[in-house]
Amino acid sequence: MADLHFSDAEPTASERQAVLAALSVNGAGDGAVVVDHPRVVRGGTRRRKQLRHLLLPALHALQREAGWISPGGLNFVGRTLGVPPAEAYGVATFYEMFRTDSPSHELSVRHVCVDPICALAGAAPLAEHLRSQGHAVHEGPCLGQCERAPAVFIQGRREPDRVPADDSGPDSLLVSVTASTPESPSLLRQMIERGFDNGESTSMEAYRQRGGGAALDAALRLGPDDVIAQVSAAGLSGRGGAAFPTGIKWRAVADGNGPCHVVANIDESEPGTFKDRLLCELEPLAIIESMAVAGLVVGAQQGWIYIRGEYPLATQRLRGAIAQARSAGWLGDDAAGSGQQFDIELRRGAGAYICGEETALFNSLEGFRGEPRNKPPFPTTHGLFGQPTVVNNPETLLNVNEILRIGPEAYRSVGTEGSPGTKLFCLSGHVGRPGLYEAPFGTPLGELLELAGGVQGTLAAVLLGGAAGSFVGPDALALPLSLEDTRAAGTTLGSGPVMVFNDSADMSGVIERLAKFFRDESCGQCVPCRVGTVRQHELVTSIRRAGGPTEPQRELLGDIADAMGDASICGLGHTAASAVMSAMRLGLLEAEPAGEAVARAARERSEQEREEMGGTARVAQQRDSLGDSAS
Amino acid sequence: MNPAEPNTQTAVTLSIDGREVTVPEGQTILAACTAAGVETPTICWAPNLTPVNVCRVCVVELEGSRTLVPACSRPVEAGMQISTDSERVRHSRRMVLEFLGSANDLSQASEIADWSRHYGADPARYDAPCSDDGSPGSTAGGEAGLEPERVDEPVRIQDDLYIRAYDRCVLCYKCVEACGDDAQHTFAIAVAGRGFDARIRTEYDTELPESACVYCGNCVAVCPTGALQFRTEFDLRAVGEWRPDDQTVTRTVCSYCGVGCNLELHVQDERIVKVTSPADHSVTNGHLCIKGRFGWEYVHAPAFEPPSTDTAER
Ligand SMILES: Cc1cc2nc3c(=O)[nH]c(=O)nc-3n(C[C@H](O)[C@H](O)[C@H](O)COP(=O)(O)O)c2cc1C
Ligand code: SF4
Ligand code: SF4
Ligand code: SF4
Ligand code: FES
Ligand code: FES
Repeated sequence: MADLHFSDAEPTASERQAVLAALSVNGAGDGAVVVDHPRVVRGGTRRRKQLRHLLLPALHALQREAGWISPGGLNFVGRTLGVPPAEAYGVATFYEMFRTDSPSHELSVRHVCVDPICALAGAAPLAEHLRSQGHAVHEGPCLGQCERAPAVFIQGRREPDRVPADDSGPDSLLVSVTASTPESPSLLRQMIERGFDNGESTSMEAYRQRGGGAALDAALRLGPDDVIAQVSAAGLSGRGGAAFPTGIKWRAVADGNGPCHVVANIDESEPGTFKDRLLCELEPLAIIESMAVAGLVVGAQQGWIYIRGEYPLATQRLRGAIAQARSAGWLGDDAAGSGQQFDIELRRGAGAYICGEETALFNSLEGFRGEPRNKPPFPTTHGLFGQPTVVNNPETLLNVNEILRIGPEAYRSVGTEGSPGTKLFCLSGHVGRPGLYEAPFGTPLGELLELAGGVQGTLAAVLLGGAAGSFVGPDALALPLSLEDTRAAGTTLGSGPVMVFNDSADMSGVIERLAKFFRDESCGQCVPCRVGTVRQHELVTSIRRAGGPTEPQRELLGDIADAMGDASICGLGHTAASAVMSAMRLGLLEAEPAGEAVARAARERSEQEREEMGGTARVAQQRDSLGDSAS
Repeated sequence: MNPAEPNTQTAVTLSIDGREVTVPEGQTILAACTAAGVETPTICWAPNLTPVNVCRVCVVELEGSRTLVPACSRPVEAGMQISTDSERVRHSRRMVLEFLGSANDLSQASEIADWSRHYGADPARYDAPCSDDGSPGSTAGGEAGLEPERVDEPVRIQDDLYIRAYDRCVLCYKCVEACGDDAQHTFAIAVAGRGFDARIRTEYDTELPESACVYCGNCVAVCPTGALQFRTEFDLRAVGEWRPDDQTVTRTVCSYCGVGCNLELHVQDERIVKVTSPADHSVTNGHLCIKGRFGWEYVHAPAFEPPSTDTAER
């Protein structure tokens, strides 16, 4: 782009080198982009669009090298990729992991999670302690390590990113309660059986020995139509939060014309969720395999992994898995001997919850601000680069492997009629053994809590579905955790987080933090959410200080919730009031101790229900899980 | 565009507030509403820009849709059942206007003010002090309350051509579009930051003369709030002398080059105070370059003499 205007600022030699290394073909090392495309060397005006998707990797390289996105560095990236500096600046300022002012230090940055579970576990004193030791500390949202709270992630300055807890070995708890026969579906059984042997998790040989590759073989044998038929017959629905039927999505993309894409959405940033991290760390080859299945089935040549930037170990293992899958011939010009071309590129996010929303993810990957697009059109017709795209959560993808392994009938043998199969639940907070649990859909909440060592102390509330979900009280222990039952009860499973709070928890503090989360994570594009999340947070803060809501405050919170739920562009706005409103209904915003407030609110509700004709419970109005059910 | 003569092969019939309307395929619900004589508030939509559907003031209720849908960008489909004045629609429109009023200086956004009155938006709900009697409008403030955060920005005056007062900016993206793909292709400005802190910015907030800006003024022309304002208007307003009712608008053709851009000269007290171009003009689509937009000072030059056409070089 000849006529872009840049300032005089020049990059330092090391900035230049860092960017070039990140953009280099098959550049090695952590942070490098694997680019096999001839695109990189093509010139002309098409170059701008073709290179822009390298913006995020280039910014990552600058941030790591210089500790910030300097004007000279930004100019260099803009010139190299043909991106106007104002736009590149707009992108850089969108993400938590990038800064656009010079840091006053040469340190790596310690990100400390201050979301509810870590707050309960002492995040504030930890941050204070790290600061007193002279570390650079950044307090931010959930880091996806809630089972080992309080969580820390170190964003490296001229050194690789790392998570201190990873050094002490994976101590996460994995529990599966599906029947132990190999004929029933289970994502975790294999991982549990072989323990945490990391060597095995990344070795193709070991993966093959435990049956890896069977799904790919089955897909080649069955052909695209039968694979989709099996996925549909199994009743598989998306595990990323919106629970959209996977078969319908794949069918639509397979039926489309022209180039299409497969995207694994591993942005996992919903507070309370850490399942995708563990899946990628413990079974990365299975994720690559299922992506290859998806690619061959829908006819995509290109697969993409978009993984949140705070997952260094999972990223490293996925990169290793991609390399092994290439060597094994699963990826490449003749993927798995299919005659079709399919390869996978991995891209790291840079700290933005909203980039898990599928269309925001596309924009982010394409090198634009991670702002969601209006739907329709849906990703199945207008996805990544405007082309038909299958986007799936890794848990969904691994379920496809299970369906191909045991067949749709056996798959349906667990779970409920409306929600076949198993679900991964991320248990955190006041339970005996926080960790990752696999249970059939329909397992009662109380049973799940017992499985996790029971509630510590007296249960006050459980937050189902994370920040975008809603609170349920101790009276919900019998609730079967299926899509249909939670929906009927006015709550949601979301992506599977189950955050447990006992009566010692400062609930109004928890709720204030959730409101702050949405205020911080709103992309700011649409008015209802940009301003609504701020007003909601201000109100919740006022209410907390005053010890309870006044009637006008209740009304105003309701008004804000209705507008955000009805008029926002995306699921973030649609669900931003859900936890707050459910908390208000449960009496969790009152000053009295949470236990008493909950008991009183429950009494009041049952009285109200009795008053209503026929005793029909007035089920709280709750919007569908993540708001993009029609994706 | 004319609903009276839709192409029969691609005509789409839908229902708006219970009345059947037929419009050509590919049009938006907004266009259908207009055809049906239903007025719709818009902030981020303009006839000469690609819809970004971000302000959400135009939302309507579509039967079968879980949420409201933006009229300005949603294409019509046969059989759609649209309500434009239901309780849900009125609530969301009111809240959008109220949110903006609580966050921005809308004193120079007359259309938004009109719609705010129409829908009964009450931005004061967010800052009235807490009172025990629970009277309406008593909410967030009070001893325990917080001042609602507002977009707080100093006015930026960096040259003689236009000013930027971002405390009025409602982030409608129109200026970004006009500076970018929709007209100017200069890309001098973009949205930076996230959430409530998102702002229109040059890179690193560089002053305009050092940025890529070529002073076409197209961003100013599309701004609905006065956040971007021609210096002439800004200076006249400052002394209370901006009087739109006393202005005449004369259409002419720009004399600088051969493209043939139409100009609208806004004249007050026999002086040009603003130059715009009609959004529906086939050459400009409402957009101009620096010469047509700002190159009129010579008209007011005291000793102005037009060059003789005989001798002027062609
Ligand atoms: C604010 C927001 C954040 C989201 N984050 C994620 C995420 O981190 N991972 C994910 O798989 N889906 C996420 N989703 C849902 C995706 O938009 C999409 O529905 C999902 O990736 C589709 O995959 P699935 O059908 O396999 O569930 C998010 C949605 C919203 C609205
Ligand atoms: S709802 Fe919120 S996150 Fe979604 S587009 Fe609107 S402002 Fe952005
Ligand atoms: S005056 Fe023209 S070039 Fe300058 S910011 Fe506005 S639209 Fe862009
Ligand atoms: S400056 Fe004006 S045109 Fe630009 S976003 Fe703000 S209100 Fe819209
Ligand atoms: S890592 Fe802290 S709440 Fe998830
Ligand atoms: S005018 Fe439709 S969303 Fe702004």
